[in-house]
Amino acid sequence: MENLKKTPLFGLHVELKGKIVDFGGWALPVQYTGIIDEVKGVRTQAGLFDVSHMGEIMVTGPNALKFLQKMVTNNVEKLKYHQVQYTLMCYENGGVVDDLLIYKLGDEKYFLVVNASNVDKDYQWLLDHKIEGVEIENISGDVSQIAFQGPKAQEILQTITDYDLSNIKFFYCDEEVDIAGHKALVSRTGYTGEDGFEIYCKNEDAPHIWNKIYQADKDQIVHAGLGARDTLRFEACLPLYGHEIDKDITPIEASLKRFVKFKKPEYIGKEVIQRHAEEGAPRTTIGFKMIDRGIPRGDYPVYNPQGEELGHVTTGSFSPTLNLNIGLALVKNTGFNVGDEIFIGVRNRQLKAEIVNIPFYIREDVK
Amino acid sequence: MAVREGLLYSKDHEWILVEGNKAKVGVTDYAQAQLGDIVFVELPQEGDSVAKGDGIIVIESVKAAADAYSPVSGSIAEVNEDLMDAPETINEDPYEGGWLVVIELDDESELEELLSPEEYQGFIEEE
Repeated sequence: MENLKKTPLFGLHVELKGKIVDFGGWALPVQYTGIIDEVKGVRTQAGLFDVSHMGEIMVTGPNALKFLQKMVTNNVEKLKYHQVQYTLMCYENGGVVDDLLIYKLGDEKYFLVVNASNVDKDYQWLLDHKIEGVEIENISGDVSQIAFQGPKAQEILQTITDYDLSNIKFFYCDEEVDIAGHKALVSRTGYTGEDGFEIYCKNEDAPHIWNKIYQADKDQIVHAGLGARDTLRFEACLPLYGHEIDKDITPIEASLKRFVKFKKPEYIGKEVIQRHAEEGAPRTTIGFKMIDRGIPRGDYPVYNPQGEELGHVTTGSFSPTLNLNIGLALVKNTGFNVGDEIFIGVRNRQLKAEIVNIPFYIREDVK
Repeated sequence: MAVREGLLYSKDHEWILVEGNKAKVGVTDYAQAQLGDIVFVELPQEGDSVAKGDGIIVIESVKAAADAYSPVSGSIAEVNEDLMDAPETINEDPYEGGWLVVIELDDESELEELLSPEEYQGFIEEE
């Protein structure tokens, strides 16, 4: 554990008796009290997550927009001031370099939030394609990130700020927001399927902000670890790099077509992605629930009723929210309908499952 | 983590209660805490033969599947079917309601290789 990178909140995780694991070179808590408790806490009240390991890259300059349009699949030009966009950065083959959030902080200033395990790769990829009039800076080491997610998040966070949080709409942000006496960038975003906020602050301010939020309403807040985070994002069918998306999986195969735009200037990967969108991709992503007893896990094979192997599970788990064993799978695109029967190879047996609509979970107020 | 008197322990974190030529087997309090929330178990069939060290039961938590190993050789005399509907009993009550199987022993001398409660306590403190 000594060799692992630690976030500014590491000391608090130890105090809180978080079970610390090696997560891609970072010492982070996989759970505190238990994944089921933590998932239920976030779905019904609010949960605090340390996501300071995530990467942050600033892209500035007169050609920043032109550059980003070339680098990502979504239409960055559509962004309004302080709006946030989910997008994908792809290779020429249409495979995904990373999925990321782009914050528009000015006409010549964009803030990118990328996956922790991909920061160096993403930064290098951006540098390799840099054009005149663009500055790119990896500021990951200077920024801490706290996610506060759940139906009670706004109400609780409001008690430690004079700023009216209802001003921040879904997928928007504001800068210089005073949170417990510290200036932070606050966005109404997150990766749980719940309402909530992501708070970007200076490293030295992170422990104080974390404690202040928790003390604001201890009874209604759970500390949530990586295990809960993965379960929550999976229930909401938000993709995870290395599972639903990867260098060999196009956004169309990953069922992320809504984040890919074709009426915009050329961008890296567009040709293959557009062909997949128009002619059909060789593979597609489906969601299923288990009918037989058993839990699907990542990489388990998927079969049709004739016994032909169709592909593999990308993520599978017990869902605490639905009380079902569910999974996502990347399979040959042979045409699937909700209700179709498939089989999952669980160890040495083939267990029956049924294709269902995804996302598995949508929160009540947006249904 | 609770380590009970009157039981033997394996380095794979199973406990064994010997009664005559039979051994009741479960996972320890330490093991259940390591596994996290247990949501499913795949049990063996009564009558199955097992060798010492065989994976006999798959215990699944929210995030992962783990094997429980047989600490002795013999045949499965009884399985705890209640765990099918209430696998969380292993978390809540690992030494009583959360027992896994009863094994009829082939070779009682194998018990000599298992750890005493004091030895097991020392073993988990080092882990």
